[in-house]
Amino acid sequence: MEERIIAAGFGGQGVMALGQMLTYAGMVEDKRVSWVPSYGPEMRGGTANCNVIISDDLIGSPVVIEATTALVLNKPSLDKFEHSVVPGGKLFINSSLISTKSTREDIDVYYVPANDIANEIGNNRVANMVMLGAYLEATKMVGMDSIEKAFYKVFGENKAHLLPINKEALEKGAEAVRK
Amino acid sequence: MEKVLMKGNEAVCAAAIAAGCKYFFGYPITPQNEIPEYMARELPKVGGTFIQAESEVAAINMVYGAAGAGARVMTSSSSPGVALKQEGISYCAGAELPAVIVNMMRGGPGLGSIQPSQTDYFQATRGGGNGDYKTLVLAPADVQELVDLTIEGFDKADYYRNPVMILGDGFIGQMMEPVVFKDRSDVELPEKPWATSGTKGERKPNIINSLYLGAEELEEHNIHLQAKYAEMAKNEVKVESFGLEDAELVIAAYGTTSRICKTAISKLEKEGYKVGLIRPISLWPYPFNEFEKINDDCKGVLTVEMNTGQMTDDVQIALNGRMPSYFYGRTGGMAPTPEEIVNKVKEILGGDR
Repeated sequence: MEERIIAAGFGGQGVMALGQMLTYAGMVEDKRVSWVPSYGPEMRGGTANCNVIISDDLIGSPVVIEATTALVLNKPSLDKFEHSVVPGGKLFINSSLISTKSTREDIDVYYVPANDIANEIGNNRVANMVMLGAYLEATKMVGMDSIEKAFYKVFGENKAHLLPINKEALEKGAEAVRK
Repeated sequence: MEKVLMKGNEAVCAAAIAAGCKYFFGYPITPQNEIPEYMARELPKVGGTFIQAESEVAAINMVYGAAGAGARVMTSSSSPGVALKQEGISYCAGAELPAVIVNMMRGGPGLGSIQPSQTDYFQATRGGGNGDYKTLVLAPADVQELVDLTIEGFDKADYYRNPVMILGDGFIGQMMEPVVFKDRSDVELPEKPWATSGTKGERKPNIINSLYLGAEELEEHNIHLQAKYAEMAKNEVKVESFGLEDAELVIAAYGTTSRICKTAISKLEKEGYKVGLIRPISLWPYPFNEFEKINDDCKGVLTVEMNTGQMTDDVQIALNGRMPSYFYGRTGGMAPTPEEIVNKVKEILGGDR
């Protein structure tokens, strides 16, 4: 098994943290993991993305070119990465901010109104966790216990009071996929 | 010890502190800024000192001073910044001062780009400053290896009284991977009787210097340095290799590029191509002898780098005309893809199978 993920969106949408949560959780489950951010000039005000690999075997290139999954949180990211997904792969689209549909018919596409759901919960900033929840529901890549452990690693123990709202976001994201 | 997920730039700092490094002098530059950030935050906690110098030149000369006083000391930068440090590195080599210098390489020449590259191979392995000198150059391919080589680098620097360079690329600095730190609490740092640590009225002053006005005296010093480098060349070669005995083609690559090549090699294997790998871990001393293990029927060695072919010089020295040398690379901050490498291998070996 080798899961190669691209998570992409505007700077500030939390795609780096989303990727780190997955990477930590993979490590907690003793899988091989790597996380590489885009750190080019495009980060300054434009799109940001990170590459996450979760694998049973040694990880070769940490750079994801043929993604098994892409999570896109804004329209430029959809345009950039829609065709990076391998046939049979998965594409998660933040349908709150992306009104167009994917043109791919050889992949599984999930439309998740992440910002709408996050606003319903009461914090627009957990839209990334809604997307992560949808991803976890569809792939079962890592367990929720591991994600919870990862939360403390990524955000720090002093953010413990934000765990409930993040867990709710993960759960609502999962629900969106189950529908 | 517990497994932790760390960015390469942070891991190299944690490794340095674990190795007893108490001093860091540097100047910011992308893509290694997490290094001074980490050191500024963490060194005071272990009784050490972080100084953001006014320039790279100042930083490396602070390293010279701290190393001369017997401290474990590190500096870091990225390509153009390391270019500025070359004078001081040459002085450290001349004065036989141990120090660890980290270069998280970015695209060049000049200010270049902030994206990953490997364009400082010559600068690192040929002695980027003036004079006949060598630094031990170690090129990690993952964050765990970065940690292990950094810790070892401090020990080797002290043992040989010579600068050690950790040559990473932007990916190695920016990538997060799990790492384990081995317990080093029982390791005692070596005595440094040569250091300018204060005579306390009990001995003659030690002198740290790289200036020898007498030609005979300097030649003698150079002969001594060369003997030390010969010793390093004999004992410090590090290399990973596989598939050399039956490979149709061997790829030579280091750092992040070697990982991309491994992905390409496993793709090629599925299509019936036998491709071996030589991954130099020490770039100086270079693992020349490893190339002798390549079988005689092999069609050649393909060097893959994020530059325009600097390591092919060493590969060709190693091959000594025994088989052809090929090259594939990307520059400017672009990384080769596994598919590009697969295609290059097929172009050399001929057609689909």
